[in-house]
Amino acid sequence: MKKEVLYEIKALYRDDFRVTGYTFGEGEKALCIIGSMRGNENQQLYCCSRLVARLKQLEEEGRLIPGKQILVIPCANPYSINTKKRFWCTDNTDINRMFPGYALGETTQRIAAGVFEAVKGWQYGIQFASFYMPGAFVPHIRMMDTGYQDTELACEFGLPYVVVQKPRPFDTATLNYNWQIWGTHAFSLYTTNTARVDEESALQAENAVMSFMARRRLINHHPHGGYRSEVIRSADFVSIRATCSGFLQCMVKPGQRVQKDTLLARILDPYEGCVLAELRAPMLGVIAFAGDEPMVYENTAVLKLIREEA
Amino acid sequence: MIEIVTQVSLPVDEHLSIKKNRLQPEDGSNGRRISIVTGIHGDELEGQYVCWLVQQRIAQHPECLKGTVDIYPAMNPFGIDSVTRGIPAFDLDMNRIFPGSVDGDMNEYIAAQIVGDISGSDLAVDIHASNIYLTEIPQIRINEISAQRLVPLAMKANVDFVWVHGASTVLESTLAYSLNSRGVDTLVVEMGVGMRITRTYCEQLTDGIFNLMRELNIWTDEVCTTHTPIVSSVADEVEFLNAPVSGVFVKSVNHGALLGPGDEIGLIVDPLHGTLLNRVISPCEGWLFTVREYPMVDQGSLMARILKGHMEEAARKGGAAQ
Repeated sequence: MKKEVLYEIKALYRDDFRVTGYTFGEGEKALCIIGSMRGNENQQLYCCSRLVARLKQLEEEGRLIPGKQILVIPCANPYSINTKKRFWCTDNTDINRMFPGYALGETTQRIAAGVFEAVKGWQYGIQFASFYMPGAFVPHIRMMDTGYQDTELACEFGLPYVVVQKPRPFDTATLNYNWQIWGTHAFSLYTTNTARVDEESALQAENAVMSFMARRRLINHHPHGGYRSEVIRSADFVSIRATCSGFLQCMVKPGQRVQKDTLLARILDPYEGCVLAELRAPMLGVIAFAGDEPMVYENTAVLKLIREEA
Repeated sequence: MIEIVTQVSLPVDEHLSIKKNRLQPEDGSNGRRISIVTGIHGDELEGQYVCWLVQQRIAQHPECLKGTVDIYPAMNPFGIDSVTRGIPAFDLDMNRIFPGSVDGDMNEYIAAQIVGDISGSDLAVDIHASNIYLTEIPQIRINEISAQRLVPLAMKANVDFVWVHGASTVLESTLAYSLNSRGVDTLVVEMGVGMRITRTYCEQLTDGIFNLMRELNIWTDEVCTTHTPIVSSVADEVEFLNAPVSGVFVKSVNHGALLGPGDEIGLIVDPLHGTLLNRVISPCEGWLFTVREYPMVDQGSLMARILKGHMEEAARKGGAAQ
């Protein structure tokens, strides 16, 4: 294992800003894994730390395939993690809206450029990504529909779903999109949580990456069985929206299969405690996302359902 | 007349309303329509005073109003109330969610309702104030794909600068892009600085808005405009100066200054060690139309934008050679 600083900015009063990478093996740039890019992505950092430990152990046991190199960057934004701010501390910009970056541009453009310089040119790229809404997701691989995506490869993680998403304008400045455009097979791996560390889904994510590495012949490892992934489009998610504002009482969990008309959540009056609305399953399906904020705004998608044929 | 453009209920005993004031001729006649929009970014307040000035002037001569003036002072009431640029609670930049969706979440729904309400205007003016970090000369920014239609209008807006910039996919999520693509000519004004009101700039733009209203036959009174903008539509005419080191930026010149190569724009200092980290100098001859206002800089922070050339035009604007 080789630990090195991949990108650095000198600060005035804080310790220098450093993006640190861990390289395993030598040779062809096979797989690059990147963790948290935002200050609330604790789970994403945690998943990477587990992989660093696991790869270190594999290396010591001589189970890395010769001629293949693996890079893990646990965190591309330690400043924001340390100050518990989601975006860049100074100007609230999002590094994952700055790719491929600009080395002579503004601070987060420079960081994105520095990170992209380190992560481009790899055959496979995995980003531990997070959803912008607080809640829990069924673990899945997400990829942009750029025409370069390879869903069959994505199935090798053995996660329940592979979601293909049509890029929106702001997606064109994300790492996943630019990775694909620059020739890397890019996968965004969503575990259940973001701010809170969830051991169960972290283990599932670790096993998924281990399986992918084994199937791609990057490590000597027996891949876990996993799931036979179902490939769906993000447009196939059915959003179940709050019909009014109030306390959210969610009754289902991601991955749970529900029948049509199953009671999924209730919205309670914050003053009087009475039930303002019941949210029911519009069809047979699997819960893909369940919001976990105590208060919900009217019209917010608090649940997402993957439709299943009856 | 105050109208509610859209409204949603909040969790605890409150409604979020987007409001506008519709001003129409006293005789009830209909004419063309201008929409004056501001407050998409909650930390940009220059447009607040413009909204007030426009109404004051109409109130002084209501007989001169021959069309509809819709004033939307607060597109992002949450942001304005909480001194936040984006939409608090969602950590979203409101100017990245247009055109929105009536089937979307609360913010997308509001965005869609706003676009729907402004649609049909003959002209929209979307007033911004850069951000809290930079001070700007009054200027209109135009996406190159709309330049042919919008530059002639911008010339009449009494601003000092019209910057035609390159198209960018990310900018397709702005209110201006959404409106322009729906056939509503929309001018994006940037002027002054975040969290402040610059009275002279607001008065200057107000004159420009009345001049545009006169062009559209919405206003009949004489309008005095004193500013003819410099127009830049060449990509490499604008020089960006980013901080080479992190530190405290102390500016040496104000925006609007005429600069020569080697002129000092500011200093980046280190108050802990008492050292000078960098003397920020102009790399070219030009007009300083943006300068950093907020002193703290990270490596890469934008400190200045300089329009190269155009020295004679800039000098006529009262720019002073340093």
